[in-house]
Amino acid sequence: MRKKWGNIGNKTIPFIFLAAILVFWQLIVDRGIIARYILPSPVDVILVGMKILPEIKVHLYTTLQEALTGLMVAIVFSLLLAMLMDNFSLIQKAVQPLLIVSQTIPTMVLAPLFAMWFGFGLLPKIMVVILVCFFPLVVSLLEGLNSLDPDFLNLMKSMKANRWQMFYLAKFPSALPNFFSGLKIAATYSIIGAVIGEWMGGKAGLGVYMTRVRQSFALDKVFATILIIVFLSLVLFKIIELIQFLLMPWRRAINK
Amino acid sequence: MLRRLLIILFYWERRINIKLRVSNFTQQYEGMPIIEDVSFYLQEDEFVTLIGPSGCGKSTIFNMIAGIVPIDEGKVSIDGEDCTGKIGQVSYMYQKDLLLPWKRVIDNTALPLIIKGDSIKEARKKIIPYLALFGLEGFEYKYPAQLSGGMRQRAALLRTYMFSKDIVLLDEPFGGLDAITRSKMQYWLLEVADQVRASVLFITHDIEEAIYLSDRIYVLTERPARVREEVAISLPRPRAREIVTSAQFNRIKKHILFSLS
Repeated sequence: MRKKWGNIGNKTIPFIFLAAILVFWQLIVDRGIIARYILPSPVDVILVGMKILPEIKVHLYTTLQEALTGLMVAIVFSLLLAMLMDNFSLIQKAVQPLLIVSQTIPTMVLAPLFAMWFGFGLLPKIMVVILVCFFPLVVSLLEGLNSLDPDFLNLMKSMKANRWQMFYLAKFPSALPNFFSGLKIAATYSIIGAVIGEWMGGKAGLGVYMTRVRQSFALDKVFATILIIVFLSLVLFKIIELIQFLLMPWRRAINK
Repeated sequence: MLRRLLIILFYWERRINIKLRVSNFTQQYEGMPIIEDVSFYLQEDEFVTLIGPSGCGKSTIFNMIAGIVPIDEGKVSIDGEDCTGKIGQVSYMYQKDLLLPWKRVIDNTALPLIIKGDSIKEARKKIIPYLALFGLEGFEYKYPAQLSGGMRQRAALLRTYMFSKDIVLLDEPFGGLDAITRSKMQYWLLEVADQVRASVLFITHDIEEAIYLSDRIYVLTERPARVREEVAISLPRPRAREIVTSAQFNRIKKHILFSLS
């Protein structure tokens, strides 16, 4: 029995499960068990989603711009901080606890503060994105930089390598697998971060659009927006997987 | 009187061409003595082995010579010059192959050249003539994970050689290999050592390997490591594989076995 399920493959099982949920959901709404204005059916959501695509485009671009800018800045800062923490144990000791505590502060609380401090432009949203992306990136980078066998560094030392050579020839490449796992998490966070930032107000963005349609009780549009956010996060995730695939050719060689 | 003695000593060193001399190494680790007054020397083109029980501090001695570990007490001199604690005076190969998994074999072996400042292109060009001698032809563009254990050690040895110091420290390079591959690699190492003319200091805890490869053997005691005995191996060279079954070989083996226990 167990073997039979194993043969179906890991990819088909979640799809079948998802399809079952969707069919169930569709039936509940179609039979009138739950009213349409409270819970729109999957088919409604997809139809509305196609319809609002032209008007939502500008919001989508704005959110994407905030998310990507924030992500880039977070990558640069996390790289700098991880390098500093890796090289100077004093900095590591001073910063590490603060870094962890900073993660217990809910983003939802900070977003309105950022709106108060930085206004309603792009900046406060980018700040939220940086904040949510920063932590997974720094932690994964630090872990990656520490994962190298210290004998590698001794070997390079015996060859008279300087600190910078040890970093870019050995330490950084060895941190890449960890870095990419952190980056995948950060990328999905970045879209959510931008949307949360936009809830506090602004001219455009998926979060702004979502607030508007929610206030006019167009729940089908709210759902359609959620769908788009999920789709966007998944695309970003896949793009990063692709970059990883291209940047780490030795992994492919091993799997052959 | 003293001065005359020093002059005599100086000329004596010159006469037999001592490449490396380790004097009175004494080292502690976390308050425990691990090495006690160890002295030995290595002549030009000589193959010398330090043999001792596992964990007796042999690798620490190498780290001290290479200048990676700070030396508590003792002196290292290379070609008569004081090189105590100096990094980059010897080519050093670890027990682990330590190949970087993201670099192809050719770039891994070129690592010392790249550290010295060569471009990747220049470095690769310098590697190519040595690929055949080290048995890596056809494997230069593979990644380490695609190679067998023996091939990986060959690559690690070529990388060590490319650092191009004429003193080579080899720390149990074949320790992780199976017996058959190991025996082939020993034979091959003798061939290579013969062609590249290097003075080799070797670590092992395999008596047979030590006798087969060496000109002289220093037998070390258990921790703290001291030199128990120096054994000269007068077996003729080049040595065929069958030599390990000869009576003379077995006599030496028996002697060292007793010396170790």
